[in-house]
Amino acid sequence: MPATIWRGLSGVDTMNQTVNITIDGKTIKAPAGATVLEAALGAGIYIPNLCYHPDLSASGNCRLCIVQIHGMRGFPTACTTSVVEGMSVNTNGDELTGVRRNNLQLIIANHPLDCLSCFKNQRCELQRVAVFMGVKEGKLRSTVSPQVTDDTNPFFRLKRDYCILCGRCTRTCDEICGVNAIEMLHRGDATHVGVFGDKMLFESNCHSCGECVEHCPVGALAPHEPVVPDVETKTTCCYCATGCSIYLGVSDGKIKTVRGNREGQVNHGQLCVKGRYGISEFVQHPDRLRTPYIRDKEGLQPATWDDALSLVARKLATFSADEVAIVPSARTTNEDVYVAQKLARAVIGTNNVDNCARL
Amino acid sequence: MSLLKARFDAQVEWEAFNNPQKPQILIGRATCGEASGAKDVYQAVLDTISRLPIDADVHITGCLGTCYCEPLVDIIKPGMPRISYHSMIAEKVLPLLSDYLLNDNPRADWALGAWGQTCGDIPNLFDIPMLAQQKRIALRNIGVIDPQNFNHCLARGGYSGLERALGLTPDEVIDEIEKSGLRGRGGAGFPTGHKWRLCRNAKGDSKYIVCNADEGDPGAFMDRALLESDPHAVLEGILIGAYAIGANNGVIYIRAEYPLAIKRLTIAIEQLKNNGLLGEHILDTDFAFDLTIVQGAGAFVCGEGTAMIASIEGKRGTPRPRPPFSTESGLWGKPTNINNVETWACVSAIMAKGAQQFSSLGTGKSKGTKTFSLAGKIKRTGLIEVPMGISLQEIIFGIGGGIPNNKAFKAVQTGGPTGGCIPESKLLLPVDFEALIEAGSYMGSGGMVVLDEDNCMVEIARYFLSFTVAESCGKCIPCRLGTRQLLTILTEITQGNGNVSDFDTLYELGKSIRLSSLCGLGQGAPNPVLTTLAYFREEYESHIKEHRCQAGECRSLVSYTITAERCKGCGICLRQCPVSAIKGEKGHSHVIDSAKCTSCGNCLEVCPPRFGAVCRV
Ligand SMILES: Cc1cc2nc3c(=O)[nH]c(=O)nc-3n(C[C@H](O)[C@H](O)[C@H](O)COP(=O)(O)O)c2cc1C
Ligand code: SF4
Ligand code: SF4
Repeated sequence: MPATIWRGLSGVDTMNQTVNITIDGKTIKAPAGATVLEAALGAGIYIPNLCYHPDLSASGNCRLCIVQIHGMRGFPTACTTSVVEGMSVNTNGDELTGVRRNNLQLIIANHPLDCLSCFKNQRCELQRVAVFMGVKEGKLRSTVSPQVTDDTNPFFRLKRDYCILCGRCTRTCDEICGVNAIEMLHRGDATHVGVFGDKMLFESNCHSCGECVEHCPVGALAPHEPVVPDVETKTTCCYCATGCSIYLGVSDGKIKTVRGNREGQVNHGQLCVKGRYGISEFVQHPDRLRTPYIRDKEGLQPATWDDALSLVARKLATFSADEVAIVPSARTTNEDVYVAQKLARAVIGTNNVDNCARL
Repeated sequence: MSLLKARFDAQVEWEAFNNPQKPQILIGRATCGEASGAKDVYQAVLDTISRLPIDADVHITGCLGTCYCEPLVDIIKPGMPRISYHSMIAEKVLPLLSDYLLNDNPRADWALGAWGQTCGDIPNLFDIPMLAQQKRIALRNIGVIDPQNFNHCLARGGYSGLERALGLTPDEVIDEIEKSGLRGRGGAGFPTGHKWRLCRNAKGDSKYIVCNADEGDPGAFMDRALLESDPHAVLEGILIGAYAIGANNGVIYIRAEYPLAIKRLTIAIEQLKNNGLLGEHILDTDFAFDLTIVQGAGAFVCGEGTAMIASIEGKRGTPRPRPPFSTESGLWGKPTNINNVETWACVSAIMAKGAQQFSSLGTGKSKGTKTFSLAGKIKRTGLIEVPMGISLQEIIFGIGGGIPNNKAFKAVQTGGPTGGCIPESKLLLPVDFEALIEAGSYMGSGGMVVLDEDNCMVEIARYFLSFTVAESCGKCIPCRLGTRQLLTILTEITQGNGNVSDFDTLYELGKSIRLSSLCGLGQGAPNPVLTTLAYFREEYESHIKEHRCQAGECRSLVSYTITAERCKGCGICLRQCPVSAIKGEKGHSHVIDSAKCTSCGNCLEVCPPRFGAVCRV
């Protein structure tokens, strides 16, 4: 199956073609090629789901988005069924909700119920489904059994006790990152997320980009020190020239979290390890240069931008064009690099320009 | 290259083999025979004829299906019919060969039957109860020919079905298969001709054929026996299918635990290549086909079509949601037609003998025959092929000879771990796809496990559930967690910790798992629970309400005591108790220390029946 990575980029542009379907008696227009689940969510009709994620191919494993479709046998999953003109969908018949409720009860019976101490509390998708379905307590025998936590990654840990095996992380690592560091291991009751050969994350080819953490619906994949910031500010990542759009989370005047902006045209929410986990350290590092420096006989001396730039301009004037080369810093944004190359080519008149925006 | 000359030569060889100048000795060497000592018997035959003044040819053959009396040795003595001898051991070889081949005593006492006629006191093999009611189509050659001798296959009509097919258009071949009414023998019973047509009509520059030889059900061994005993019946079917569908490549997916079947398939494929039946221009036509063997690592779920395709592609063997169906997008994204081993063997028979002969057998919607492996508490275990519509009664009591040790029949489990248990009241059920589903079970690939009064039905359900819990691919919630939940509840019931609300939970959850699992494994997993709940509810009740297991299988619910008046103090039980829970002086009555006793029941077994001092409560 071809990986449908970015619907925004490679997804079929189907918005111009629409089909009419009815969901719970309500007629809606849905983009041709959409799944029933996408159509419903798009029309503001919520169908419980956990293994679905708009960035990823459908897997159909949580069996919560089951629906009834006129003319189809049994309870097909909305996330794997494409819309067809005239389709009539029912999302909550008695028997259907009973089955869905049983599936939810099965997950709850296999999940630790210490929500209050979980970092995902209130943002957990399992909680959301339970609230939506009015399920307040477990009805089945607990099937929780202690699992090994992998905390060998420097930035996040995989706490398998909380994992619902939705496969969002493994699909993320495969379809978005193309790294395939983590996958489903073993089978049956013993199935778990991990690294081939049951190795630890630090022994794998994991890039630590943390995309899996972002895609985990529950508290299984979590940063080592989860923080909920006081405020978030939208900005552009300053680690390299790619220019990923991010939200910097700040508490107590310090950068605590970084979150990719899903609306960002450059990165569609994705980040690399440096952007996601490196920014706060780098931006707030005591050794970081905060002013320009000018070297005199006694060594480097702090200077003002005006002094520094005038000095550079004066010195540049003493060279012929091709004696000069411009190499902007790796931290420069794409736009600034563009300006720097304009300076080299149009103002100074040399092609000696390079940049190492290859982080 | 045409088969004309090769077939003529083969027929001459076969004729001479059956009417030989010197004795021909065949030893049944499929896995079942090997397991019961066929290798030693084979060696003993070689040793004996080298020591005695006997000039004989020694061959191997496959499995005749009479597992209860393996290993088999067949002897064709000049002027005599072929005679099969059962339960052979190395020690019996010398007396048999000298008595029969040197002294003309055919040892009727050791004979199972003579082929096609009675012979003195020896019955006609095909009249013995195990074989009389069978009708062999897929299994036409098993135990008859030497599976490694291509001439045996040709002489028995092998590849005449292919020759006929290549003379027809692909659509005519599909018509013929449709007319036969053949439905898939791998479990689901999908009409084979219809599947072929879907795949033929699917768009694609290349198409694939897959032969499903995964056979993961515990207790099922039809496909293994067939591949080991007559691989060409299957290969011919695959070639016919490939021609009909327009596939140029095929894969046989077989579990690595079947090394002998793999070896015989490999030999057979080599024979095909040498006879112009594989590669380009098969039998001088434009039809080209190549076939490879892919070995699976033995996961039950890899028998499911989409999981199998993932496994062949080197991915994790998990099913995926359908559509798209494999006939549109299967192996490497190409239209792919998957059929089961036995289905392929039926295909070659249908093309050779015509659809009519096949469809004249069976019931309304289930035509032809079906193979079953009989196992469990049954006198004649083995591999059988019977017309669809035959009753369970006839299979179990007629062919299988009923229950050993004068025990009472309790149930028969059909369809493997995702099938159900059918009680005595339904023994007259005609065995076909629909009737079995109606009884809450299904045909599956054809495993039949017979249970008697000593089997606890709750424990049986628990046993099958523990299989699905381990063998689910782990992908979807109802299957992975649902079967785990059912198993937890059943385990508690067998330990006497169930409660009355469990009836509803088991039933509700079972239904829900059936309705919402992604693939057939999960959908069928609750069947053992649902059928035992429906047919043996009183057993659940006695476990839950009275903490009693009538069959005495649930260890936590039984205890053993020694009746002082009957105990003679012989000490047998004391010596046999694995946990030293029994105490007592010689000649004085013994006692069981209940704190130590693990309820294994050994003492009950070993206490001499004339004392009968140990009792189970
Ligand atoms: C869990 C599971 C296991 C299966 N195992 C086998 C198997 O071992 N052999 C087989 O032929 N079919 C098996 N099947 C059925 C196949 O999915 C498929 O229906 C069959 O191979 C198609 O061939 P047929 O039409 O000739 O029966 C299995 C199905 C499921 C759901
Ligand atoms: S770790 Fe999270 S994303 Fe991955 S399978 Fe488990 S619950 Fe799903
Ligand atoms: S039903 Fe079971 S075996 Fe089938 S996909 Fe779901 S978890 Fe896997």
